[in-house]
Amino acid sequence: MARAWVCRHTVCIGGTPPLIRTGITLERPSPLSGPSPNHPAPSGDAESEPRPGRVRKPIGWSTIIIAALVAVSAALVWRRDGTDGVLDILTHDLSLFSGILPRVLAGCLLGAFISEILPHEKVSRSLGPKSGLMGLLIGTAFGAILPGGPFTAYPVASALLAVGADFGATIAMVVSWTLIGYGRAVAWEIPIMGTDFTLWRIVISLPLPVLAGALGRFVYVRLYPKPLAKDDES
Amino acid sequence: MSAALLIDILLWSSVLGVGLIAFRRGRPVFVASLREGTMDFVNIVPRIALGVIGSGYIAAIIPQEVITGWLGPDSGWLGVATAVVAGAATPGGPVVGFSIGAVALKSGGGVPQVVAYVVAWALFAFQRVILWEIPFMPARFVWFRCAVSVPFPFVAAAIAMVIGKP
Repeated sequence: MARAWVCRHTVCIGGTPPLIRTGITLERPSPLSGPSPNHPAPSGDAESEPRPGRVRKPIGWSTIIIAALVAVSAALVWRRDGTDGVLDILTHDLSLFSGILPRVLAGCLLGAFISEILPHEKVSRSLGPKSGLMGLLIGTAFGAILPGGPFTAYPVASALLAVGADFGATIAMVVSWTLIGYGRAVAWEIPIMGTDFTLWRIVISLPLPVLAGALGRFVYVRLYPKPLAKDDES
Repeated sequence: MSAALLIDILLWSSVLGVGLIAFRRGRPVFVASLREGTMDFVNIVPRIALGVIGSGYIAAIIPQEVITGWLGPDSGWLGVATAVVAGAATPGGPVVGFSIGAVALKSGGGVPQVVAYVVAWALFAFQRVILWEIPFMPARFVWFRCAVSVPFPFVAAAIAMVIGKP
């Protein structure tokens, strides 16, 4: 199985678009990646194609802005509540963080496996820019049945984006997960808001993922009209 | 607690399921995606740490009372717009978001406004965007998705106004 290493940065300095199949910079010489007598390369169509790498961002502007926001907020908390207040929040959040970590690992593994087992050309066909209403409906259905919380939805959405889904279908998936996915509704919304309100709210939300995906596509095509620009993702 | 356990069971069985499919494609595929997933995890941990710890501080300076105040019983589209801003600005997790919605509903808030609040919170509560979406997704996608999502709490409120109360 030939594996390709492609540019994983938000700003591709080398200019290699990670989302096109031909956008491969170099083969990575590794005993695990090359075909070997013990592990012959699978001859299937999906596996024989070098899979584009998933997008991994460096510390970007978003991270810097968030870090600045956090620093200002922490300073305000310190001025208001003193060192104890700062430490209280820190201990609470650290315990929250340790509880979240295994789920984050599970989400990352899920995303990695899914992007490995989904054949790129089939995803492009059924969730790509030309997939039409069907692609938005598939994205919506996928988001609605996806188990778990944000720790699964976003890694999986990121994996879909990397294997050929377009912004529209991915938006439909994320919006569907957040609005009609059963995970949060069952765990939080029904106990707090009541079953009637929750079901009613979900019924109202049913058309929204497809509409959001369609609007996303509509805007995307006008914002980045050139087909090349489409591939210049991440 | 049991819901959290159920989510964990579902989550890890899904991981096992897709892992098994990958394994049947051949060991190299399995090992490569295992390594890829682990590398993703290692790379994402610092940003998740910043998000978890940071959002605690941001939540501490935006007290819940401020949000509840915005969700007064003003009706009409101004109320909907306020609810959308309140949904985006709500700190904390689902307990806080839904509790504020439930309180607003009980204390006389209009149903379309509460729907707009809950939908806006689900679509772009700043804490989830910062904590989860930006670390995992390309930042360009996240901003694009949030911008495209802006009309939909209003659409939900309009549908709620048309079809009436639950």
